[in-house]
Amino acid sequence: MAGILRYGAYIPLFRLPRSEIGDAWASRGSRGEKAVANYDEDSLTLAVEAARDCLHGWDRSGIDGLFFVSTTSPYREKQGAGLVASVLGLRSDILTADFAHCLRAGTTALELAKAYTETGRAASILVTFADTRTAHPGSPQEPWLGDGAAAFLIGKGRSGAEWDSFVSVSNEMMDTWRTQEDDFVRSWEDRWVKGHGFLDTTKTAVDRVLGEAGLTARELDRAVLYAPDSRSHRQLASGLDLGERTQITDPLLDTVGVTGAAHVPLMLAHALDEAGPDEAVLVAGYGDGADALLVKTTEHVSGLRGRRGVTGHLESKRRLANYDRYLWYRRLVEVHPPPALLVGSSATVLWREQNSILRLNGSRCKACGEAAFPIQRICNGCMAKDAYEEIALSESRGKLFTYTLDYLAGQADPPLIQSVVDLEPGCRLYTSMTDADPADVGLEMEVEMTFRRIRKAEGFYNYFWKCRPVR
Amino acid sequence: MGTLRDKTAIVGMGCTPFGELWDQGVADLIIDAAYECLEDAGMDPGDIQAVWAGTLRSGLSGTVVADALKLRNIPITRVENHCASGHDALRNAALGVASGLYDRVMAIGYEKLKDTGFPGMGVGRGPHPTWMQHWTAPTGFGFIASRYFLANGLTVEKGKEILAHIAVKNHANGSRTEKAHLRNLVSLEQVLNAPTIAWPLGLFDCCGTSDGASAAILVRGDQATQFRNDPVYLKGIGLSVDPVMPYFRAGFDYLGFDATRDAARQAYDQAGIVNPREEIDLAEVHDCFTITELVNYEDLGFSPAGKGWQDVLDGTFHPEGPLPVNTDGGLKCFGHPVGASGLRMLYEVYKQLQGKAGERQIRRARKGLAHTLGGPPQVSCVVIAGNEKDRGNP
Repeated sequence: MAGILRYGAYIPLFRLPRSEIGDAWASRGSRGEKAVANYDEDSLTLAVEAARDCLHGWDRSGIDGLFFVSTTSPYREKQGAGLVASVLGLRSDILTADFAHCLRAGTTALELAKAYTETGRAASILVTFADTRTAHPGSPQEPWLGDGAAAFLIGKGRSGAEWDSFVSVSNEMMDTWRTQEDDFVRSWEDRWVKGHGFLDTTKTAVDRVLGEAGLTARELDRAVLYAPDSRSHRQLASGLDLGERTQITDPLLDTVGVTGAAHVPLMLAHALDEAGPDEAVLVAGYGDGADALLVKTTEHVSGLRGRRGVTGHLESKRRLANYDRYLWYRRLVEVHPPPALLVGSSATVLWREQNSILRLNGSRCKACGEAAFPIQRICNGCMAKDAYEEIALSESRGKLFTYTLDYLAGQADPPLIQSVVDLEPGCRLYTSMTDADPADVGLEMEVEMTFRRIRKAEGFYNYFWKCRPVR
Repeated sequence: MGTLRDKTAIVGMGCTPFGELWDQGVADLIIDAAYECLEDAGMDPGDIQAVWAGTLRSGLSGTVVADALKLRNIPITRVENHCASGHDALRNAALGVASGLYDRVMAIGYEKLKDTGFPGMGVGRGPHPTWMQHWTAPTGFGFIASRYFLANGLTVEKGKEILAHIAVKNHANGSRTEKAHLRNLVSLEQVLNAPTIAWPLGLFDCCGTSDGASAAILVRGDQATQFRNDPVYLKGIGLSVDPVMPYFRAGFDYLGFDATRDAARQAYDQAGIVNPREEIDLAEVHDCFTITELVNYEDLGFSPAGKGWQDVLDGTFHPEGPLPVNTDGGLKCFGHPVGASGLRMLYEVYKQLQGKAGERQIRRARKGLAHTLGGPPQVSCVVIAGNEKDRGNP
């Protein structure tokens, strides 16, 4: 049977206290905080970060497929999975597919990855999930929508968690949607949406999956339940006869918010951070219907977690200064435009040099060993021509050799921390530092690399790697 | 390798006032610099046999100069080599004369920066869409400052104070220069309390952005006195282009630039200069930022490595000091219309060597140096000029 070989998570560094949203709209703010993507992040970069967390120390050459699951892909037409796969340096003869449009797509993609690997056509598939949904400013949904990502490597082998039972229920209703023209989430009357839609449909799927497995709710060790808000989550748990404190996995609503199609995988990752062997974990996702699956952990569960998992990311956070900053990061207010960049963009350059730009590969001279970034055909050390091998730098740690705090460069979050970084294999790289407080920056500080959107030009997004303080 | 020493001489120079010349276009700048230059040389446009034109991005090809000056069917070549463009135009002009092909040529540099709608030089440097897209000039050179401070045991406060002395000196010099853009005196406190541009650099650590043009007419060294009795001879020109941007070069120490060191060595070898601190009487160096001027002192051999800051505090480079630097206020006060800067520097050296620098005139001006540094920074040109022919040269 195929199962979970590994998982990872990513929660952006910034958290916006819900009280800030309440203050902005002179309303009673909800408790807790939500995770907010930095101005240079989007669902693709979040997915990459979760995938890197998942694959930390893992041999990527054996991965035969990549799924990207999101309702907020930066592109309406263009695959996200292919870009994520390229960034990760996966082989090109693999299956790539996007799952979109539905908040339930996370559980659906997990089941399909499992089924596909069980056919033997792929040894393993990396399923990435990320969402950065936005509600209308001032709306009741606004405090609840958070940003986050998860990644699961599915395949046969020493899996740490597996599932036999999977139930899917389709339910057509206009409960929550965005049309092609909508930037913000819309929904119908709350009582119908949550009562008839969310609660009833989820319960139907859960009851059926428990029935198939011959289990009662009280026999579960953990329950990972999607919900659009805390109250709905409590209602679902009590409707299913689950003990809130003993069985329910933290829905991350007070700490992260609802992360769309990534939410159930993120919660499952959180449950697996803490789970022991031989546990029964109910997983239920909702969106235009419901999916339910019964995950059983194996004796390998403790080796499942990639690097930081959910727990590590929850602890690593910084308060977003205020609601205005949130609007700014989300491009919901038009700000003073920065000076035009003098450099154009080019799809062909980005394609031709994707090993350097997307993968952060450098070169190492086979003659003298000198390392360089970007890839150099002629070695600056010994002049050997075309005698290099590519070296992957994205997972390297580095040290900040020198930097400036640049108020001219025109970024959403001035000053731009312009950085020159020495990366471990002996490469030097000029880039920006992100996710950092300028007051904490100093020469020789340790940094790690992170994949970010650097701008939109010529109608498409440019991505590259920045450094950040080690999280 | 041969030498250019005394093979060519400058017999005329022109320079526009530098500044925010809203009412002047590129053609106006070229015309004003060229006609002052022609008048100084006692020549007409028809006397010029070839032109080399330095500009970063104020128009393509030699047609910009031909169009402005109505020069007819002579070779005009645009030279672009980042901030060294003007000096490289001069270098090519000197080679043209030294080759024997031409007797009277012009080198001209110009840049119209103030038509962009934004202050400064803009963000990003091409052509690659990714590597340098958020690059700014203050960052490119600000990277040096904190490493310099660290390597020389200076606190950031002390380091910034040393840089401020350079700004104060250059503003004092600029205040005595009619054609300078910024002619205000500044105090140490003013410099230290100015807004941050790219930490650790503040406003007064950065040169201005301005429009301008400058030009020189070169003739054969052995014919120079036929044109005027005080020609200025070119003693040596070095140009160095360094591989791999410093930002991507492992081990680059950010304490100075090989391009400057190599260009200086080439120029000193041609000019027969062994001890530049003793043998150079004045220098115009590329002070796009105060920290750049500081590392230039060391790269040009005026100060031992790591000791330039002490020379700053000793007043070594003041007009009354042993080696006056940027007596006209430098880029700090002229601003940096890229293609125009190299020949603008030489204009000051030329006037000083002729004893025509007015209230800025220094004592004993016999040999002067002009230096440009650019790219990210990987390109440097060093020009040495003198008002006497060396012994043995015809």
